[in-house]
Amino acid sequence: MERTIYREIQANRAILQTAALLGVFLLGAAGAVLYMEEYGHIVTGMTNQIVWGLPHVFAIFLIVAASGALNVASIASVFGKTPYKPLSRLSALLAMALLAGGLAVLVLDLGRPDRLIIAMTTYNFKSIFAWNIYLYNGFFLIVGIYLYTQMARSMPAKVVKTAGFVAFIWRLALTTGTGSIFGWLVARAAYESAIMAPLFIVMSFAFGLAVFILVVTFTTRVTGRPFGPKLLNRLGRLLGIFVGLVLYFTAIQHLTSGYWARNGGIERFILFNGGIYTTLFWVGQVLIGGLIPLALVFHPTGGRKPASTIVASILVILGGFAQVYVIVIGGQAYPLNIFPGFTASSSFFDGVVNTYNPSWPEFLLGMGGVALALTITGLGMKVLRILPTNLSDANVGQM
Amino acid sequence: MKLPALKFSKKPSEMDRRDFLRAGAALATITLAPGVTLMAFGGSEAKANADPAKRWGLLIDVNKCVKDCTACVSACSQENGWRLPVNKETDAQWIRKVTLTDNDTGREEYLVTMCQHCEEPPCVDVCPTGASFKRVDGIVLVDKHICIGCRYCMMACPYKARSFVHENIVDEQKTWAPRGKGTVESCTMCVHRVDTGRIPACVEACNATGHGAIIFGDLKDPESEISKALAKYPSTALRDDLGLNPGVRYSNL
Amino acid sequence: MKRLLVFFILATALAGHTAIAGNLGPEIPKATGKPHPEGNLWMRINHPKMLLHDRNLTMRQGDRDIEFSLKGCVSCHAVKGADGQPVGYDDPKYFCRVCHDYAAVKVDCFMCHNSKPEEKTQAFLSPRKAPDSNELAAYLNKTGKETGQ
Ligand code: SF4
Ligand code: SF4
Repeated sequence: MERTIYREIQANRAILQTAALLGVFLLGAAGAVLYMEEYGHIVTGMTNQIVWGLPHVFAIFLIVAASGALNVASIASVFGKTPYKPLSRLSALLAMALLAGGLAVLVLDLGRPDRLIIAMTTYNFKSIFAWNIYLYNGFFLIVGIYLYTQMARSMPAKVVKTAGFVAFIWRLALTTGTGSIFGWLVARAAYESAIMAPLFIVMSFAFGLAVFILVVTFTTRVTGRPFGPKLLNRLGRLLGIFVGLVLYFTAIQHLTSGYWARNGGIERFILFNGGIYTTLFWVGQVLIGGLIPLALVFHPTGGRKPASTIVASILVILGGFAQVYVIVIGGQAYPLNIFPGFTASSSFFDGVVNTYNPSWPEFLLGMGGVALALTITGLGMKVLRILPTNLSDANVGQM
Repeated sequence: MKLPALKFSKKPSEMDRRDFLRAGAALATITLAPGVTLMAFGGSEAKANADPAKRWGLLIDVNKCVKDCTACVSACSQENGWRLPVNKETDAQWIRKVTLTDNDTGREEYLVTMCQHCEEPPCVDVCPTGASFKRVDGIVLVDKHICIGCRYCMMACPYKARSFVHENIVDEQKTWAPRGKGTVESCTMCVHRVDTGRIPACVEACNATGHGAIIFGDLKDPESEISKALAKYPSTALRDDLGLNPGVRYSNL
Repeated sequence: MKRLLVFFILATALAGHTAIAGNLGPEIPKATGKPHPEGNLWMRINHPKMLLHDRNLTMRQGDRDIEFSLKGCVSCHAVKGADGQPVGYDDPKYFCRVCHDYAAVKVDCFMCHNSKPEEKTQAFLSPRKAPDSNELAAYLNKTGKETGQ
């Protein structure tokens, strides 16, 4: 068995084309940010009712996926599964890149992005948001160290393992923190649930792995490095398990909250009569992001084909966006019940299901975050020895 | 730079902030050359009007709030320099008139709602920078100097009391009510008036119409009009189940 | 600290400029009202701290009777435009902008504050004796502590 050799990727035509495409998205996002800064949030679809919009959907997806992308590395070094080991460098790099992309979107959507320095220096320690700033910064630091320990020559295996373990714990905390941003909003029926944090953790497993699978597949293909179908298949089945978990926790989320009489309204809204949100839930999240990928990767014969895993990953990402959209936007669209027992009406949309029409700048900003994450990943692979030259099944070890 | 020596009559920990500032000012007066006090230097003698012995509140009598009357809303808009909503989805609304229809009987009721100046304000708890804050006298404000416009407070407020400024505002603000694009704002209980011994604009306007549906006063003072009314008649807080103990109360709801 | 440095450099530049009677520096508009007894140089260096300190007093503690308010600055230092009306911050002739543009230091105040004086312009500065250096030091020290800088 050949030793795993990590090499920088070399620029070729396909890679340059991809870079150019990413560049276009980055430019688009830069334009959108300048536009939003100049005119204010009036040019977005966000309002005083839907205060968090598409940028938050993108940002939360990316941040959640970031911690999940670390999975492969954790499985290799914390749980000692050697076949995954050659992939753990990329896993750590991708995790940091996705987090950077997500945070960039979050920050650039602020009403006063120029005051970022205030957000970094003035803290209200009661705020889960402020804790998250620490969690995010710590994530970069810890995963950075972890990546370094993996790449440094003659680093004792024990050190790598410890670093991997710390990173593993930290990323659980990070996702818990992200989930808690919603879980702690007592005012909103849609979010008032302790299940939010664990739900976000399983979501992160699924989204992160799906992104990871696509990045590895794409990069190995365009660089002409072998990527064993068995390894891919193995990742695909792992993805299937995570997708199953997401479905399971989603069921719990809606069952537990449905049992509370007070939350009956929001449950009916999301599950039955919420229009776009109901559609996104059943078709987007459950069908496209859940059942179809499950069927694809666990199909007795078709499941072994690389295409199944790849398509499943794409669907999981699409379904994941739908899920985050339903949580973020759907939860705000449903009216707050300020006056129980009454039907309220006012100039401020009391008692009305709020509408949200996402605008181009928001979408471009969000896509810019995705592009940023992928650009960082690509650049990382270009300048550092991240990606193994050979990921063939024979080389990564026995399945 | 030479610093004046600090001497305190009581231990600093025993003093509240106002005492501390007063002591600081007095001390400076002693330490410095006679005839000149530090008063000249911008409020070294703190005339803090926010008094921890008080808690300002409003009592809104739903029976007295009349259909189609928006005197208080207009008064607030004028006093604080926000335009009456043109673009309803994005324009700020510090106070709004709400029509309630009883789900069982169909009876209509009217009231106004604004920031409820919670004693346990979720907006303050979630604000990452500490821009949302509660003064010692219970008035909840946004420090626009450090608000980064994340809107987490708007997500957290159970009363939809807050608005985000979606557009540029150029030289339209009142000096006492700064407002600007990219920050969040809400009812200030006319803090600039309260600090100078006046009553909020909405209360004044409501009284002027003769409806007298809003009482303003100190909830901690048993002799105040508002405390007496609260003691005498049943009243409630919106979303009382959340236990936020708002400073704005409703009677006859 | 960085801020202080910037202003110190600026102040020295301005002082140097008057001394050599060149015309490299900004043309500072004349204000109405009594001059600052602390001296212009002192104000140039310390005005950000004073504004920072006093804004917190007003906003957090409700002190409405302070001397160094932005309202005060805007009132005395208003620059009149061609139409005889005070110009706003969007005009490069605006008092703050004259130096701030020159030093490339951003002014954030007027994103939220009105940059034009209130109707009834009045002199906010009462006549008083110039403070000695100890007082200034004490004030700055206190200001620094309270604003955490
Ligand atoms: S009503 Fe809303 S904005 Fe006002 S104090 Fe309570 S939570 Fe904060
Ligand atoms: S929008 Fe401003 S006041 Fe509201 S939570 Fe964010 S920083 Fe605090």
